[in-house]
Parts: sequence; C-alpha cells; structure tokens
Amino acid sequence: MLFWQILIDGFAISSLYALGATGFTLIFGVTGVLNLSHGAIMVAAAVAAWAAAGSLGVGNYLGAAFGVLIGLLLSLATYFVVVRRLQNSQKIREEEKEIFILTATLLWGIMIQEAIAYLYTNNAKTVTPIVDGVVSIVGVRTPANEIFTALVCCLTIGALWLFVNRTRAGKAVLAASMNPRGVTLLGIELSAVYVAVWAIYGTLAGIAGVLLGMFLGVSSYSAGPLTASAFSIVVLGGLGSVSGSLIAAYLVGYLETLTAYLVSPAYRAIPALLLLVVVMYVRPRGLLGRR
Amino acid sequence: MKRCRDIPLRAAIARGAFAAGLVGAALAAGSLAWAQDNGPIKIGVIAEAQAVAGSSIPLAAQLAADEINAKGGVDGRKIEIVSYDNHSSSAESVRAFQRAVSEDHVDAVIASYVSEVVLALEPWSARLKTVLVTPGAASDVITANIAKDYEHNKYTFHGYLTSGALAGLVCDAAKDMLVDGLKMKTAVIMSEDAAWTTPLDARYVECLPKIGLQVLDHIRFSPDTTDFTPIFNKIEGEKPDVIITGVSHVGVQPTVQWKSQQVPIPMFGIASQATNSTFWKDTNGATEGVLYQGVSGPGVAVTPRTLPFVDAFVKKFGNTPSYCGYTAYDEVYFIADAIHRAGSTDADKLVAALEKTDYVGTIGRVQFLPQGDPHVHGLKTGAGLITGLLLQWQHGEQINMWPADLAKGKLTFPSFVKVGAGD
Repeated sequence: MLFWQILIDGFAISSLYALGATGFTLIFGVTGVLNLSHGAIMVAAAVAAWAAAGSLGVGNYLGAAFGVLIGLLLSLATYFVVVRRLQNSQKIREEEKEIFILTATLLWGIMIQEAIAYLYTNNAKTVTPIVDGVVSIVGVRTPANEIFTALVCCLTIGALWLFVNRTRAGKAVLAASMNPRGVTLLGIELSAVYVAVWAIYGTLAGIAGVLLGMFLGVSSYSAGPLTASAFSIVVLGGLGSVSGSLIAAYLVGYLETLTAYLVSPAYRAIPALLLLVVVMYVRPRGLLGRR
Repeated sequence: MKRCRDIPLRAAIARGAFAAGLVGAALAAGSLAWAQDNGPIKIGVIAEAQAVAGSSIPLAAQLAADEINAKGGVDGRKIEIVSYDNHSSSAESVRAFQRAVSEDHVDAVIASYVSEVVLALEPWSARLKTVLVTPGAASDVITANIAKDYEHNKYTFHGYLTSGALAGLVCDAAKDMLVDGLKMKTAVIMSEDAAWTTPLDARYVECLPKIGLQVLDHIRFSPDTTDFTPIFNKIEGEKPDVIITGVSHVGVQPTVQWKSQQVPIPMFGIASQATNSTFWKDTNGATEGVLYQGVSGPGVAVTPRTLPFVDAFVKKFGNTPSYCGYTAYDEVYFIADAIHRAGSTDADKLVAALEKTDYVGTIGRVQFLPQGDPHVHGLKTGAGLITGLLLQWQHGEQINMWPADLAKGKLTFPSFVKVGAGD
C-alpha cells in the first residue's frame, strides 16, 4: 500500500515540477535568459484564476483559462518590457547584458510578487479544482484533482514535444536553441522565434501555476521558492536540456515524496538539495547538460 | 588687509552659528519634551500586514485609537498609531522597532503574532526600555525570558495566551466535546515545526492522555510544507479518532488538501488562519467542519465589549477580525488606561501601571501574571478571566461550539468525515 501511495503521489507532484521546469529550461535553452520572475508569473496565474472564479464568478473553467492568459500576458510583458529593452540597449556592454537581464527579471518578479501581495494579501489561495472527489487506484484513495493535474502536465509536455519535433515552427525553435545565427541565415526572423518561445513559456507557466493553485495552493510568498525549485531542477538536469529537466523533476519529486513518507515531512526538501550539491561536484554541467 | 578683515568676520559668523545652534537645540529639546508630555501618545504597531492573521493587527489598533480619540483621548492627548509592515521578517521587525523608538519616538509598541519575531524584539524592548506587547505570539519562551531576568526584560508583555495555556484550553474543550460528547479515544497531533509549537505539543502530549485521548502519533512538519498528501495518508493509516492541530504559518493548504483528499478524520485544535473570516474564501469552502480554538468569535458575546468591536471592525474594514485583531484592539485600550493611571509615558511607570491592569476587553478580563510567576507578564486564564472558545466553520460562518453557555450551534461534519472512524 505504501509503495503505491508513494508511486502515485510522487508521480503527481513530479509531473507538476516537470511542467514548471520545462518552460524555464526552454526559455534558457532558446533565448539564453534565466528568467528569475518564473515563480511570480506562476503565482500570478494561480491568483488570477482564483480571483476570476471567486470574485468575478466566471466559473472554474473560465477562471482557469483566465489564469493561463495572465501567465501568457505576463510572460510577453517580461520579454517586451524587461528583456528585449535590455538586449537592444546601446548603453550596456554586450558582456554585461546577461547579468543585467538576470537582475532585471529578479526585480520584475519581486514587483509582480509585491503587486499580488498588495492587491490580494499574501494569504495562501487555492483555485477551485475542475474535477472534484476521490478515486481509488490499487486501493489508494487519490483525489481526482491529483490525477487530473498529472494528466494535464503529461499532455502539455507531450504537446510541446510534438510541437518542437513535428512542426516547422517548432523545428525553428529547436534550431534557434542550437545555432541562432544559422536560423537567421535560413531567413527566419529570430525575434519572431523569441516572441513565440516567450508565448509558449507563458502558456506553460500559466498552466503550471493554475494547476499548482488547484493541487497545493499558492501565496505571493511561493514566488521565490517556486523559482528556486525550477532553478534547482533545471541545474540538476542540465541548463537548457528539456529531457534533463524532465528526468530531474521526477528525481526530485520522488526523492521528496519518499523522504516525506519514510523519514519525516519536516525533512522533505533536504535529500533533493543534497543530490544537487553532489551533482554539482561530480558533474557541474548537470545530468544531461550541454554546457 | 582683506585677509585681516575676513578673519573676524568668519569668527563672528561661526560664533553666531554656534549660538543659533545652541538656541535651536534648546528649542528642539524643549519642544521634544513638550511633545512627549503634551503631544499625541504614539503607539507603534509592527505587524505582518499582508498575512491572514497579522492583517487585523494595525486595523484593530487604529479602530481603538479612533474610538479613544473620539472621546477626547487620554487626559486630552490623542493616540496616534504608527504602523510598520514587517513582511513577516524578524530582521525587518527589529529595524522597524529601532526606527519606531529612535526616530518616531513611540511610547509603546504592539508587535506581531509570530513568536520568532517577538523573541527577536524582546531584547530590543529591554535595551531601548520601551514597552512591547504582543497581540498574537504564543511561545512560552517570551514570558520565561522575563521571569529569568525580570529587571532587564520587564518591558515586554504577553498580550495573548502562551502556547502552554492554549494547549490547556484545547484539552479542556476536547474533554467536553470529543471525549464526553463524541466518545473519542485516540488522537494524532499534527503541528508545524516552529518556536510556538514546542511548548504547545509538550502540553498536548501531557494533557490529551489525561482527558482520555491516547496519542497515537506526533507529527511535526516544516512550516513551508506545501504537499500534505503524505502527512494525511500517514495519519489515516494510523486510524485516530481526531487530528489535534497546531498550525498558524500554514492553514489554507492543509485544509484544502484535507478536503480534496477526503481525509475521514476531523481536525480540532489551534488553526490561527481559520480565525479570519476570509479563510472560507481562501480555501474555497474547504474549511467546512474544521474545529479551531479561539479567544473570540463573531456573534459570541464573550464580554459586553466583544460584539460592538466586531460590528465596528466589519463596518469599517469589511471582514471580521482575526484573533490578534481582538487582542490588538484591547491592547491599545489597556495601554491608554495604563498611561492614564501612570500619569506619564515614562517606560518604568508604564510597566508598573500595566502590571496592575484589570481590564475587561473583547476576549475576557485581562490581568497579567505577577512577578515571581514562571510566566510573569503572561495573561491569567480560567473562570472569570479568559477561558477561550472552540468554533467550527459551518456553511461559511464561524459558529461557536464551546463552552456550552456560549454555544451557538451543533457539531456537523462534511460527509467524508467519519466521526469515530478509528473505532
């Protein structure tokens, strides 16, 4: 029984981690930006879904869609207002732009976080689940919402895989991550690829945020830990490697669940952090990192 | 020649400036002294302004100040509330406390519902000789520190119940409601790992078996836990009749997951966030059936002051106060009363006056434990003083269930909760 509990719970939380980290690593892989406002965008999406479903009374489905839309819009705002302006700036030296963008996204994330706290307080919020009730899987009573969360995460990641590998636009994105100059030579507008990637990222972060709000709940305080969590997973998997991030997400998710069940919920995060330290020593580029 | 004429001129300017400086300093000192004796009485409020429980603190303090000022203030002096948002951080609280005392010249400080924050402020209250009253922190260590070095730490007062006292009140209610009423026999303690829960859990472990509830397990979890699935699964496997809670930093997440996972065991105990009226909305109603200890509740006339306060708070701010809203409101009143009795805002005179407090507030009759008690400056509890309540969330409302003479309804649970499931 315990085995199945760990397997099912670990799968749900790992899938959510994977979805959150996929967008984060995609943005880094293609545009070279470490977006430290990642957690704040996820939280904003969840709080928007909560507010729309609750205060505006638009219902759970429309509320969730609104949350994803907010994730998308904030992501595009991050690109147009923060990242692109710095990338195009003549006043900042090329070699310093990376650190400027890193700091700017961090500050942007703090601004979003504080705006949420100001408008909606930092009380934790939970988005009303789209599916309610519990189902029994091999004797383990599991919330239907947990299964829904895992399912949506897997489907979204699958859809992203299909897009990247099976469509022309997706292949352009993949090519941009490997050789941006080559993509330009093929006549593809690189800035259009970047806008598309930020839009995809925003959608992924929005979905992950809304699902997180349904599954575990979020508060403005969650922004920092969520960015840190995605960052750890992506570093563990290898910066820029989507497959590495997926493996790392499931590794971290299951390690946390195992610790919570077999040792103590108080030490849940420790083994995953120790693993990160070990990987950094033994293999600094991460599990499947290219650089 | 020019040079010879310049020197006496410069000297004259310097002498003039020095004299003007002296006069200015004297005037400033005079006006400061005048302000301290005749200007407004300043009360600093350092709180977690954006948190569920803490958000009520500055609002309730301001409400009390407005009421006192509307009646003419304290001996003709108005009360001014100076608020600081500490963002739930001890370091920011210390900076706010220093600023409140050194720059804003407050006469007393009401601060925080977080024990770690109050423990960080306690030495500063001693160093800067400024009265500090907490409306919501619960750690027994706060008053134990005062007992250990009274002369030094006497400026701190515990305006809320200590964890040990809270656990005792939970056990009193559990005896009547769970053991005698619902014939429960077993419990699992589920508490967040924080300074205030160490004495709380110790007292739970001691008092629960005495009232007839065998403790099957004692689970402490990190306050930043987000996934409670493993915790509830573990508890469910142990088949207790009830989960006795000790949560404050968390609240929404365990409650929502308790409901979504349909844990068939009722939750009963300390759940600070559940005291706030927005908790229903924050949890999307998942809190239905949750039982929590409180010192006051909507619609419960613990004293004649309780309901007028709640009505005024709701009218002004649109939601009901959290538990530390009640205490913060009372604290402004009894600090004002102490300043009136002391005839001064001098810290030592104020401490002496506060120690003689006998004030019927919104949560009961406020009196502080005397010097010599291991929890000196903690609140006295018991019949005729503060007894506490036990409330349940029912259909979006907080209904009092205990003590019987103040009960407003009957226990009901959501369909997934099986009362007596462990039998």
